[in-house]
Amino acid sequence: MPRTTDVIIQLTVNNHPGVMSNITGLFTRRAFNLEGILCGRLEDTKTSKMYLLVNNDNRINQIIKQLEKLYDVLEVSICTNCDYEVFDNIHQLIQGK
Amino acid sequence: MKCSGGEIIIRLLEEQGIDKIAGIPGGANLPMYHALAKSDKIQHILARHEQGAGFIAQGIARTTGKAAVCFATSGPGVMNLLTAIADAKLDSIPLVAITGQIPSSLVGTDAFQEVDTCGLAIPITKHNFFVSSAKELFHILPEAFRVAEEGRPGPVIIDIPKDVQLEEIEIDIWPAKDRNNERSIDIYMNNDKAIASLEDIDQLAEMINGSKKPLLYIGGGILQSNSHKLLYDFAKKNSIPVASTLMGLGCFPSNDPLYLGMLGMHGAPYTNLILNETDLLIAFGVRFDDRATGKIAEFCPKASIIHVDIDPAELDKNKSTNFSLAADIRLVLDELILSIEENQREGWIKEITAIKEDYPFPMKKKEDAYHPLNLIKSIGSMVEDDTIITTDVGQHQMWVAQAYPFQKPRTLLTSGGLGTMGFGLPTAIGAALANPDKKVICVSGDGSILMNLQELATLADLNLNITIIILNNGVLGMVRQLQELFFQETYISTKFVTNPDFASIAKNFGIKGYDFKNNQEPEGTLQKILSLSEPCVINIPIDSSENVMPTVPPGAANHQMIGGKKYA
Ligand SMILES: Cc1ncc(C[n+]2csc(CCOP(=O)(O)OP(=O)(O)O)c2C)c(N)n1
Repeated sequence: MPRTTDVIIQLTVNNHPGVMSNITGLFTRRAFNLEGILCGRLEDTKTSKMYLLVNNDNRINQIIKQLEKLYDVLEVSICTNCDYEVFDNIHQLIQGK
Repeated sequence: MKCSGGEIIIRLLEEQGIDKIAGIPGGANLPMYHALAKSDKIQHILARHEQGAGFIAQGIARTTGKAAVCFATSGPGVMNLLTAIADAKLDSIPLVAITGQIPSSLVGTDAFQEVDTCGLAIPITKHNFFVSSAKELFHILPEAFRVAEEGRPGPVIIDIPKDVQLEEIEIDIWPAKDRNNERSIDIYMNNDKAIASLEDIDQLAEMINGSKKPLLYIGGGILQSNSHKLLYDFAKKNSIPVASTLMGLGCFPSNDPLYLGMLGMHGAPYTNLILNETDLLIAFGVRFDDRATGKIAEFCPKASIIHVDIDPAELDKNKSTNFSLAADIRLVLDELILSIEENQREGWIKEITAIKEDYPFPMKKKEDAYHPLNLIKSIGSMVEDDTIITTDVGQHQMWVAQAYPFQKPRTLLTSGGLGTMGFGLPTAIGAALANPDKKVICVSGDGSILMNLQELATLADLNLNITIIILNNGVLGMVRQLQELFFQETYISTKFVTNPDFASIAKNFGIKGYDFKNNQEPEGTLQKILSLSEPCVINIPIDSSENVMPTVPPGAANHQMIGGKKYA
């Protein structure tokens, strides 16, 4: 279920060591908020899937356009049918509840 | 055939058409240099500081539009290069920096001269590559050039550990050059993404034809897309006045009646006031930078906005538009010029002429021959149209932008985005290397020139046709000006305690040096010196209290500029 306060951005990225820092570096450099990251390798491919939980503010289009420019980012979309509870569960894990 | 990584690098660079590389050797890039020693196609330019090497490469790239290459060793070599790379990023300059890295087996151990080059590269490059085997070079090298030049250009770093440079691999047949990697700018520009649809063109034409007071706001995208000629025909056909950013200077002839000069912080009063009146702002190849727009909410308050830029992320970034298009300006203009009407726009032109007359640029009396604006203007009248001007950063830079009569694109090389003092001299060296038939003039300040002064030695080595003009006010002028105007004349650390003798310094580097200290006839002497084609330094004392006017106070709208009153 999409929420209005947050969105999940779904990325397909090349799977090599520098990718994560290129992506998080973008968020720092452009002062975008990043609330959570989930990442995993796709079986039998050289790519990974990443899910980024970000605030749904008026900069979302800019974030997406900047992500699209990154060399190792192959696909970017806003995930409309993602299960937001995944991040809630992680939140609980992190808060130790 | 057995080839080392180093040999593969050099041969791939030769295939890219590279004939000059600026750099400094060190432990971690020695194998590359060893291979370079055997190349008869590539000349190595030994800079005296890696920042100098980076800017020499920029001078080549900024004047040719093609990616240029610089080399540095690991650790301190990389660190010294970074400023020039960040500078290239902000001004969208294609650069391929190839850095040596310590051997792979030592990476991550805090080995001697180890820094995380790729980590440092992230926020200041378009992309960075780490090479982990010699065979990867065949893919990565051409790819780096493609990334640097394609779409919106920018710098790329390739970090190559020493063992990869030494690695010998067996090559049966040298891989044929990938046709897609052909280094012609035209091919890159013609990629599908950069093309506008017919509906887009129709809509643009309709907006322009229907507008009463259109105005073109142009920038570096015009020269990147090589569309200055089309732009000229386009503006002329529909009588659209043209205001330029710092990066766009030279893309529209400054003596044309439609030309409005540079807009923004140090624009002429009439330029910023005319922007207030337009009903349709046609923004081509610009990014609505704060120095150009002033307070963005009050920029062009009466206008609808059209924005065309090759980088989709620039559209609606700082200012929302009425119509925007991520496309190559040249391809758009090619079509658009057919769809716009011929129009004299007598009413709008009359209004503009009146504003120009009522709010002129505050030029100084001609008799004041040592006023920087007059000096710049007279330099402009003494040299050919194709002379390349480089500047450093500060007041002298803005005086050049305001008063030099630029006629052709790529004749002004200046650090617009990063504003890097020390840019002028090494960039002039690169420009002169790439344009042996042209004169290059570096206009600098007594603060900036010291930031890469060591490159006078490189200049002496190469004996290039470069005139360095130091407008010497004995202060960090631009900062002094800010302290005077916005910090209640509290001057701290802007006046130099001692002043070096620049003419003697030049002589000691083996270059001619002139001092205008007691010269009553600066114009005549300048004329004589500029007619020569050898490297030299000219020190010209100017009044330290001179300010760049007009100026828009921080946070204010462009029309709230100060210092725009009429001068006789
Ligand atoms: C590397 C760097 N350090 C500091 C600054 C800040 N800064 C901007 S202009 C300026 C003064 C430049 O002095 P000078 O080169 O003498 O030129 P002038 O303004 O006097 O013409 C300074 C310190 C800068 N732009 N770049």
